[in-house]
Amino acid sequence: MVIEGKKELSPANLEDLKNLCKQVRKQIINMVYQASSGHIGGSLGSTELIVTLYNHLMTHHPENPDWDKRDRFVLSKGHCTPVLYAVLANCGYFPKEDLSTFRRPGSHLQGHPYQPKTPGVEATTGSLGIGFSTILGMALTAKNRGQKHYYYVICGDGEIQEGQIWEGAMFANKYKLDNLIAFVDRNYLQTDGNSEDIMPLDPLAPKWESFGWKVYEINGHDIQEIVSTVISAKNSDRPVMIIANTIKGKGVSFMENAFGWHGAVPSKEDADKALKELENGI
Amino acid sequence: MEYKQTRQGYVDALIEMAEELPEMVVLDADVGKATLTLQFAKLFPERFFNCGIQEQNMLCVAAGMSLEGKIPFASTFGVFATCRAGDQLRNGIAYPKANVKVAVTHCGITVGGDGASHQSNEDIAITRSFPNMTILVPGDYEEAKLATKAAARMNGPVYLRLGRDKYPVISELHGSFIIGKSKLLYPGTDITIITTGIMVSEAIKARELLSEEGFSIRVVHMGTIKPIDEVAILKAAKETKGIVTIEEHSIVGGLGEAVAGIVAENHPCPVRRVGMRDIFGESGQAQELLDKFGMRAKNIIEEVKKIL
Repeated sequence: MVIEGKKELSPANLEDLKNLCKQVRKQIINMVYQASSGHIGGSLGSTELIVTLYNHLMTHHPENPDWDKRDRFVLSKGHCTPVLYAVLANCGYFPKEDLSTFRRPGSHLQGHPYQPKTPGVEATTGSLGIGFSTILGMALTAKNRGQKHYYYVICGDGEIQEGQIWEGAMFANKYKLDNLIAFVDRNYLQTDGNSEDIMPLDPLAPKWESFGWKVYEINGHDIQEIVSTVISAKNSDRPVMIIANTIKGKGVSFMENAFGWHGAVPSKEDADKALKELENGI
Repeated sequence: MEYKQTRQGYVDALIEMAEELPEMVVLDADVGKATLTLQFAKLFPERFFNCGIQEQNMLCVAAGMSLEGKIPFASTFGVFATCRAGDQLRNGIAYPKANVKVAVTHCGITVGGDGASHQSNEDIAITRSFPNMTILVPGDYEEAKLATKAAARMNGPVYLRLGRDKYPVISELHGSFIIGKSKLLYPGTDITIITTGIMVSEAIKARELLSEEGFSIRVVHMGTIKPIDEVAILKAAKETKGIVTIEEHSIVGGLGEAVAGIVAENHPCPVRRVGMRDIFGESGQAQELLDKFGMRAKNIIEEVKKIL
């Protein structure tokens, strides 16, 4: 069955999406705990973005992942597979039971997205910058064919320190990729600390504007704002960059804004505490 | 003897295939004048994408196009595709088995005047180590055409290695090109010379000179480096007294090591390698550099005689 993207967000939709986010965050904790490996912080931080895309904005077809008219999504910050895999499983791309095989030998759920193996994964990413350039080639092909579907990509803010991102920024502008809606997950934290200490990115919006992109800045946890911004972005005649301000580790008190939780594995106690907080609220 | 560019064979094949393969597209990183892809661009402007001086972005854009069903040929110089954009070649193309043809020119020492920065003598070693890669190294203009067409017709990543200079046209290479199959150019029972790419003319010359001295020399041309023709290599190991390899590439990780590895594991025999001896090149005329770095018929003959 085709899942049709929607424009309006009813109060019931909003409630459903919030509940889904809660479920996905629990799945993230469980996956990383079970695998003893994986990236929790950035996954929790981009949950609203990815859930809102797959469960409200995008038109797609989980039983037929190669359906030509589907909207495409690429996770260029490929380390955040826990959130992507949870969302894809919940949509029905593969059984939810597969999530317990994350990062295990023989699993189709690799540590970083691997397109040939996992239904619903559109591009192989993990080395930062690669997903971003890859989706440009996809979007350009569709634009030249006159196809109407959209291309969505999420980059990490640390990721955009890669020179390849700025190569792509020029390329998207040259070809006026108006079917491309990109996000940067702006949480100011990367593996070794605060982005502004490690390699400053601010002021970020003017950088993208000067590269010819239409730029929005939103609260990346506000589902209403995500929806209204994407709907507005579809009217752009240029590639769109949505700077989504987020909290790394969102939803778990001791993981929020703590760069140590970029790639750390929770103990049994931490995992239980996190799941409890997610159930009851911080 | 007639001399023609292998890069011209590549672009002529693209132009010949364009109607038959409407999904084929060509990308370049602002060296289209040198790779000759601008000749394709002139005829098919809507199917040509000049990515600017962005090799890393270009290879991944090509991968994205392939995911949408295009057959992209991405061209730049060998050194930039494999070293500067090595990560994109590995993680963006080889690992996901993207149907991208990375067709590179200016490989080997015969780049000439530009010097070591542009002379790619490591690219076979790098691409050989990537799983899923098919590596084609044609020996002349006509074989470059055949290899380009074979690359377009197979599904999966291909590294197509081409030169800059004009090289002898070798009629023995013509007719057909089967990926993974070598060509037995001359039979022989004393020593086998295994060659790849444009060194084929030196291999043939070495055989001629050795024949005059009464030696029976087999010459095998490897138009495909990966998957390599193990059958032909082992046949040579069993039926002749040893193997001499010649390649316009470093002896580290290239044809010579590929041959030596197969022989050592299955049927040990003497293997001697002619190529760049773990050294960077320098500026000069192509022919001067082949002399200077020892990639000539006489160097092959020296190695043959060491075995005999």
